[in-house]
Amino acid sequence: MPKDGIGASTKRREDVRFLTGNGNYTDDINIRGQAYVHFLRSDVAHGTLNGVDTSAAEGMPGVIRIFTGEDFAEVGGIPCGWQVTDRHGEPMQEPAHPVLARGKVRHVGDPIAAVVAETREQARDAAEAIMPDITDLPPVMDMKEALKDGATKVHDDLTSNLCYDWGFVEENKGAVDEAIKNAAHVTTLELVNNRLVPNAMEPRVAVGDYNRSTGDHTLYTTSQNPHVIRLLMGAFVLGIPEHKLRVVAPDVGGGFGSKIYHYAEEAFCTFAAKALNRPVKWTCSRSEAFISDAHGRDHVTKIELALDADNNFTAVRTETYANMGAYLSTFAPSIPTWLHGTLMAGNYKTPNIYVNVKAVFTNTVPVDAYRGAGRPEATYQLERVIDKAARELGVDPIALRRQNFITEFPYATPVAVEYDTGDYNATMDKLSEIADLSGFEARLQESKARGKLRGLGVNCYIEACGIAPSNLVGQLGARAGLYESATVRVNATGGITVMTGSHSHGQGHETAFPQVVAEMLGIDASMVEIEHGDTANTPMGMGTYGSRSIAVGGSAMVRATEKIIAKTKKIAAHLLEASEADIELKDGQFSVAGTDKSVAWGDVTLAAYVPHNYPLEDLEPGLEETAFYDPANFTYPSGAYACEVEVDPDTGKVTIERFAAADDFGNIINPMIVSGQVHGGLAQGIGQALLEQCSYDSDGQLLSASYMDYTMPRADDVPFYQVDHSCQTPCTHNPLGVKGCGEAGAIGSPPAVVNAVVDALQRAGHSNVTHIDMPLTPSRVWSAMQG
Amino acid sequence: MAQVSMTVNGKPASGDIEGRTLLVDFLRDGLGLTGTHVGCDTSQCGACVVHVDGKAIKACTVFAAECEGSSVTTIEGIAAEDGTMSKVQDAFQTHHGLQCGFCTPGMVMSAEALLQENPTPSEAEIREYLEGNICRCTGYHNIVKAILAASGQDVSKIAAE
Repeated sequence: MPKDGIGASTKRREDVRFLTGNGNYTDDINIRGQAYVHFLRSDVAHGTLNGVDTSAAEGMPGVIRIFTGEDFAEVGGIPCGWQVTDRHGEPMQEPAHPVLARGKVRHVGDPIAAVVAETREQARDAAEAIMPDITDLPPVMDMKEALKDGATKVHDDLTSNLCYDWGFVEENKGAVDEAIKNAAHVTTLELVNNRLVPNAMEPRVAVGDYNRSTGDHTLYTTSQNPHVIRLLMGAFVLGIPEHKLRVVAPDVGGGFGSKIYHYAEEAFCTFAAKALNRPVKWTCSRSEAFISDAHGRDHVTKIELALDADNNFTAVRTETYANMGAYLSTFAPSIPTWLHGTLMAGNYKTPNIYVNVKAVFTNTVPVDAYRGAGRPEATYQLERVIDKAARELGVDPIALRRQNFITEFPYATPVAVEYDTGDYNATMDKLSEIADLSGFEARLQESKARGKLRGLGVNCYIEACGIAPSNLVGQLGARAGLYESATVRVNATGGITVMTGSHSHGQGHETAFPQVVAEMLGIDASMVEIEHGDTANTPMGMGTYGSRSIAVGGSAMVRATEKIIAKTKKIAAHLLEASEADIELKDGQFSVAGTDKSVAWGDVTLAAYVPHNYPLEDLEPGLEETAFYDPANFTYPSGAYACEVEVDPDTGKVTIERFAAADDFGNIINPMIVSGQVHGGLAQGIGQALLEQCSYDSDGQLLSASYMDYTMPRADDVPFYQVDHSCQTPCTHNPLGVKGCGEAGAIGSPPAVVNAVVDALQRAGHSNVTHIDMPLTPSRVWSAMQG
Repeated sequence: MAQVSMTVNGKPASGDIEGRTLLVDFLRDGLGLTGTHVGCDTSQCGACVVHVDGKAIKACTVFAAECEGSSVTTIEGIAAEDGTMSKVQDAFQTHHGLQCGFCTPGMVMSAEALLQENPTPSEAEIREYLEGNICRCTGYHNIVKAILAASGQDVSKIAAE
């Protein structure tokens, strides 16, 4: 058996460098002669930019050059990677997105000017001396107000602030309206899915470098997908062909979606490095990150759930306002639509579903994918409305869910996706066991004895991962393919280097990916090394997000390894003077079936590079194979989560007493890493439910613009979690049977927390409290208890 | 510009600084010790925790000039000369107490300081001590577990890997 193959909780090999201070993050990269850039950003939400007076700053110590929007007049804007078509068949409204603001500023943080200087401090000092001439305009902040006739427009050249009005599935609408009209019971819930700031702990950094003698550009950047940045920035912004542009994303300190997108600062540093013939470095401060990293969520939703007299779900109808912010970030239009509407069936066999989404421009930071991306928004509203319905009907919320579970697979939902596998009763059974649901009553009494209110919240989730089939997403408006790639290079002495288009920024690919190759070849995982993050030495790949790396990137690696196996068997057959069909590969040995003749892995790999005794007339020497894998479908991880809270009746403070997660991720490569992924997602979901709120005031000023004001979950805000992933219904359409695990925790946990708090209050006699909007701060919970 | 001299990880270190140069910037930019990270600008995240004269501090809260003559230990000075990791570092790896690794140096430096003050902390004491260290990846589960394990306490009953 191979050491550290599939299913082993192998310790992570990347940890040693991180634990000893030897990581290589983008800000650790310094190039001889580099200059530093500081961006002057708008401090008003909306205004006419009449001009930028840089004269006082020009002569300040160390200043090399000051750039404004006029310097980018001949340069493309920041592109959007997804075009949504609206209910009427019209394309979304797509505004220009300049690298540096021209004509108008549209959110606090919009970059106006960039000062390049000899030191970081000199650049910052000089930026303070720049005088932008801005005439304030009324800020567009509230989405519903923004859509009213005569509302101030964020983009003057668009017809309104409406990006698109999307209906899905439009043909279902009549049947849904009819089902709701005829329902025995309709539960309605209006809610807000609070705006969040992703807050990867490493702020963004970009270092542009240019070699005038060769014309080669290099960009070092904090990215989840360096090939995507190379294509977007090269082709659409700066006009640099891929072979003259290298993008490197070295160790990256977390992403959670916020490092998918192509940002203006990357284009600036690449552009300025050539213009100045010097490397140019930008390091984002945390305060700057709050006003320049894409935010997440920010939906305002009304959902209606219709049931028949036997409590079977008959229809779901939703209307959502989704905030796009001031510009369209790279994948923003797809999040409230294709990653949200398609999940509105959840785990349930609801026959009629209609989703309406109005995407709106406002004078706020652009909003795009944040861990889960659309799927948390779908799960939250559905699982909250089901809980509310159970309460209205006086039935057990778990029983109501079980009654409506999809139980036969494959299952085609009314919202255009087909779930391949799942077993929702199994995960609910497992949840009941690990959460000790039968012990809740005793714990409730114990809490009561201490004067605390206790509540239990349970919910399910499903997500669409392994993003995504290229031909399908192309039809849906994606301006990219979503395959993944791998090159497996077997070296002469048998060691292997895998170059993957996936990118690891905490997920542990350097450990988990070798486990797969080791399993396939029967060799130790220590013989396999992963290269990622550098367009110069990895095949074109789409990177890491949407829980896609093992499902899509891992599958590409499997396909490339299969090609290696096929070739090595040919070589082994030659060496063993046997028929290729009789060659077996096991535990790193090639043997002839039914004989004791064998040849070792290393002898075969050496023969490939020293082809003295080798079938050169039939086979090329060398041993390196590449595969691109395009998934046939999404994958559909699912699960059931339970949260127990205590509420302090005097203050409204909520504490998470227990949290259990039973997930079905299909097959699992490294259980330790999978658990870690769930833990992190749970903390982010608990953070959304209890603590985190990105707040703007009515003037468009960001109130929560630092860790003093934006409440990040800390160690004493969360408990130890009970997680389980032993329920496994393998994916049917990828070679590993894997589904992906990166986002589940953040998708499944917010409704569990809110369900639990509402339950606690209801049990304490606050029967009028049917919903509280996230985050459930002490103030909000206390106010709810006051009626 | 002024000169500052201190002992860093047991070796003498000096360099030119501005009056406003923070210790963290001197360590990273002046000495090339990039293991100490900067995750915020309000002294909240703890990615820059180092030990100054034996006490854990956030290196963004002190000017380099204030550390004249001090003995500073950074994450690069925690493992043994031959690379053998400390008990805390080893426990973080064994119990998967890190993912992206960005907060990790500060977490390790805080954990080392905690165990010096309190060799067998309770779960609650660990969680409270880590109030000043933010991690966005791990949900803290395996960090708390690793610190319990590093202190020699039994963690076999704590759920999951």
